[in-house]
This record gives sequence, structure tokens and C-alpha cells, in this order.
Amino acid sequence: MSAKAVDLRNLTIDAAREAVASGAKTATALAEQHYDRIASQDGKINSFLALSRERAMVQAQKIDEMAAKGDELQPLAGVPFGIKDVLAMRGAPATAGSLILKGYRPPYDASVVAKLEAAGAVLLGKLNCDEFAMGSSNENSAYGPVLNPRALDRVPGGSSGGSAAAVAADFAVATLGTDTGGSIRQPAAFCGVVGILPTYGRVSRYGLIAFASSLDRVGPLAKTVKDAATVLQVIAGKDIMDATSSERPVDAYVSALTEPVEGIRVGVPEEYFGEGLDPEIRSAINGAIAGLKLAGCVVKPVSLPHTKYAIPTYYVIATAEASSNLSRFDGVRFGLRAEEAKTLSAMFRKTRDEGFGPEVKRRILLGTYALSAGYYDAYYRKAQQVRTLLTRDFLEAFAAVDVLIAPVTPTPAFKLGEKTDDPVQMYLEDIYSVAASLAGICGVSVPCGQTKEGLPIGVQIMAKHFDESTMLRVAQAVETQQKV
Amino acid sequence: MKEQAGVTLDDVRRVAELANLELTAEEEPSMQRDLNAILGHIGQLNELDTVGVPAMAQVGEMLGNAIPQRGEAFRMDQVRPSLDRTEIMSTAPESDGRFFKVPKVIER
Repeated sequence: MSAKAVDLRNLTIDAAREAVASGAKTATALAEQHYDRIASQDGKINSFLALSRERAMVQAQKIDEMAAKGDELQPLAGVPFGIKDVLAMRGAPATAGSLILKGYRPPYDASVVAKLEAAGAVLLGKLNCDEFAMGSSNENSAYGPVLNPRALDRVPGGSSGGSAAAVAADFAVATLGTDTGGSIRQPAAFCGVVGILPTYGRVSRYGLIAFASSLDRVGPLAKTVKDAATVLQVIAGKDIMDATSSERPVDAYVSALTEPVEGIRVGVPEEYFGEGLDPEIRSAINGAIAGLKLAGCVVKPVSLPHTKYAIPTYYVIATAEASSNLSRFDGVRFGLRAEEAKTLSAMFRKTRDEGFGPEVKRRILLGTYALSAGYYDAYYRKAQQVRTLLTRDFLEAFAAVDVLIAPVTPTPAFKLGEKTDDPVQMYLEDIYSVAASLAGICGVSVPCGQTKEGLPIGVQIMAKHFDESTMLRVAQAVETQQKV
Repeated sequence: MKEQAGVTLDDVRRVAELANLELTAEEEPSMQRDLNAILGHIGQLNELDTVGVPAMAQVGEMLGNAIPQRGEAFRMDQVRPSLDRTEIMSTAPESDGRFFKVPKVIER
């Protein structure tokens, strides 16, 4: 076994796979090196909730045997991954960041987990997140907040805070997260990594603990655009276990990255650059736009007139769906059951009272209210209609441009505790991310600089439904510009 | 803080009951305050005239993905391997191996 340590900083999928294939480093040793780093440094970051060492080592040994025999290795062979704790991994804990699922170990794998492993990935463990993916700071986890590896007094973003932090801290080469209103893109921006929101229906959700089913998506977080594209290539596609997954053929994302971006039409939506946008973020994004012009993109202003209604629309629809989805957590089939209840209905109420944290209760109450008799038309139906208007905005914009460029967040990573007292302030954090979620289009957050204080800044590239290829080409052009 | 939506403490208790949630005496007023603040923000939607705008449940419809309406099959009705029952039952808080066990259902 090769014991030589590789530099985990900036270790990409290609480099990791190449090291394993060439015999420079065994998959087993690479996994051990990541586990060592987690053991020595994750105590303060708190990104992993559980490690799946046994399973990881079985897989790593399998890869090493294939490499020793000279067999052709799969696209992710030997690459260490982390999985957000809302996705099922057979036999490993799946808490969704909640006490109500404490002790639950699903007896099956999410389809994306099975696909990663079939592609050779070594799954290190489960990653911390906001409870049931509800939050923008990872402060809503029942298992403690995650700290931002780039600035330990700051939040990593949420809800996939552990997934972003683990990549930023080099605890894993890439991770899976989920995004319902910005939960991949926002933490990617806060931690300085790449995060993809795939088109609704592009990636299977079988084995995902549902939050809002018309919005939830699974996607990768990684150190580079190419790595994220490589992971998306593996997890995208029709899955018989998820009726909402699309039959559409999957594009060749990785090879598309070699095509030039010259002539791609880039729209700048004016509504995303209004008051409230941090000046340093504004200037970094203007820099990215200038870089795209230099690379031959055609930049033009566009308008998405209903943008300001995206947050209120999202918080009606997402909470309404959550109130329905989370009714399954009742102490009967999995996780926690309140001990002292004498009757079934008391057991339901006590279990849910003990098991759910304040933000989850708040959203269940809001969603139940919006769906209750007398309010359905005023809130839920109204929001569904505005969702149509928001989606039409995008479809009209994409008649004139190929991609949109916008901020991911109004501010860089904020301090722990800064926004926890005011839910509306916390929700407004999602102002630039929720519209793409409601419209079902794809988006990606790419690092595009940092503030004077050294906090990462992300830029968002959005493209029309199922046009991840064009989106990723432009994202890579932004990334390349950063390295110059 | 905007209060125009006007959720009362009784509303909070009624909705909590619908949602099978039991709130403590301290939780009730803070939830009332938060719901009013959030609903105040959501009230912005009333600025928009949405008469004649179709409601959108999910994006598939807008992309023209036909949803079977006349009983067409989503997939072939074939027997496929499924999860093992004992494994499923073993994840439950209380089970006799065949069924989930719960406290008394009839309350009197």
C-alpha cells in the first residue's frame, strides 16, 4: 500500500482518479488520508454527522483490486465523497439534521448514492445540514451548526452547509447536496466552491427525504466546474424509482466544456442588481461579466419583472408542501417516538413537539395555515399563479439570451447568530436563488473573487430547462478568468 | 412589524392542532409573531392581478410534459424485487415484526 500523502488542497476528481489508476496512491490510502483530515479538523467545523468507514473501505479495496489488475476504472474510481444527510445510504444514519429521525438507518440507498458508488466513488459519510433542509445558515441543525472553513466566525450557508464546508475544508473531493430554494448554490457561494442546481427532473430523488416536492433537487458541490460536471454526468438521468425524473437524454456535460463560449448570449437581469446588493459582490460580478465579454460572449440587459415576488411565492409553496410531506414523521414507522403518550393522537403530537425544531414547526404552521379552509385561494392558489408569472419571465428571457448571470446572495457569509432572531430577514437571504427554484431551470454558483476581508463571492449562471451544458461552459469561462 | 394578516393566538392553536403539533405556552406567542411577520411579507402578492393566470403546481406542465389523463401507464406493471419486510419493520420504534404497533387509538 502506498502511504505517500497527496496534497488534498485543490485535489480534483481527475487528479484523485489518476493517482489511483497510476498506482501513485491507493484508493484505500486516499480514503484514510481524508478520514485523518476529518478526524483532526472537523471537530471545529462540524460538517460530518456520521462516517461510513466500513462501507468506504470495502469500496476502496474493490477499486484497488481493479487498479492492480489493470482493469478500466470508472469515472469516479477511488474519489472520496460526502453525502448530505437528507439522502438515504443503506445502514447509515439519516437524520435530516432532525431529532425526529435520530437512530433511523434506512434499509436502502438513494438512487444517486447507488449511482455514485457504481461509478467508483468512495462514500466517506453523511453531512450536516439545516433540519429537513430548512434554513440558509446551517444554524437549524439539531446537531449543532457548521462553521465556514474560510472564516470560522461565519456561517457556511444552508441548507447544504456541511456539503459545502466539507469540500472547502478538503474533507472530501466532492459532495452531494440538495437545493429547494438555494440550498446548494448559496452555501457554495459562502464557502467558495462550485454548486450545481440541476434542472427539475434531471436527477432522481428516490431516497431523498422530501421537503417540498415540486422544488427539491439533488446536485453536486465540488472544487471545480469540471468536477461538478463530472458528478452531474454520473447522477443525471431517468430513474424508474422516481416518476418525476425526465426521460430526456443526458447531455455530455464534461466534453461540452471544451467548446468555446464565443457568441453565447449572456443576459444581465436588472432586478438582480438593485439596492441591497453588497457593493463588493456587485463589483466582483461586474468583473466576471467583463471577463465573459473578453471571451467573446454577447452581454445584454434583460428584465425578469416579477423577481421581487419570488420570496413570498416560495415561502407559501415550499411551506405548504412541507406541511404535507412532514406529516409522515409521527413516531410510527421510523425515528423518534415520545415515550409517555397514552393515546395515538397524543403520541403524534408529543413526538412531533419533541422531534421538530422551531424553524420546522414555524414552516409546518405557515404551510398548514396557507392550505387551511378559507385561506387556500388567498395564499396557496395565488402563489401558484405568481409562480406561473415568474416562470414565464424566465422563458421570455431565454428567448433572447442563452444564460443569465446574477449574484447568488445579497451579502457574503454572515456571522453566526446574526439573523437567527428574525425569520423574514433570514428568508430574504434567498432573494436571488428562489426564482430559479420555482421555475425549474438550472443554475450554478461559481467562485468569482473575494471581499477585502477574504470572504468568498459566488456568481450564479442560470440556463433554460435541461441546458446544463451551456450553463457549465459559461461557468467554466468565469472560473478560468479567476485563475488568470 | 406588519400585522395586517392578523393571525390570533387562537388561529395558532387551531393550525397547530391541524398539523398535529403541540406548542408550549412560550412557543405560541412567538409563533404568532413570526407568522404575522411572514404573512405580512407574503401580502405583497396581492399587488399582482392574477385573474386568468393558470396556477402552476410544478414545472412539467409548462414544459409540455404530458401527464397521463386517461389511465395510460407510467410504466409496465411488472413484479420487481422490493425491500425486505423485516428490515423495514426493524426501523420502527415498536413492531411485532409484521405490523407497526401504536398506542390506543380509541380515546374515551
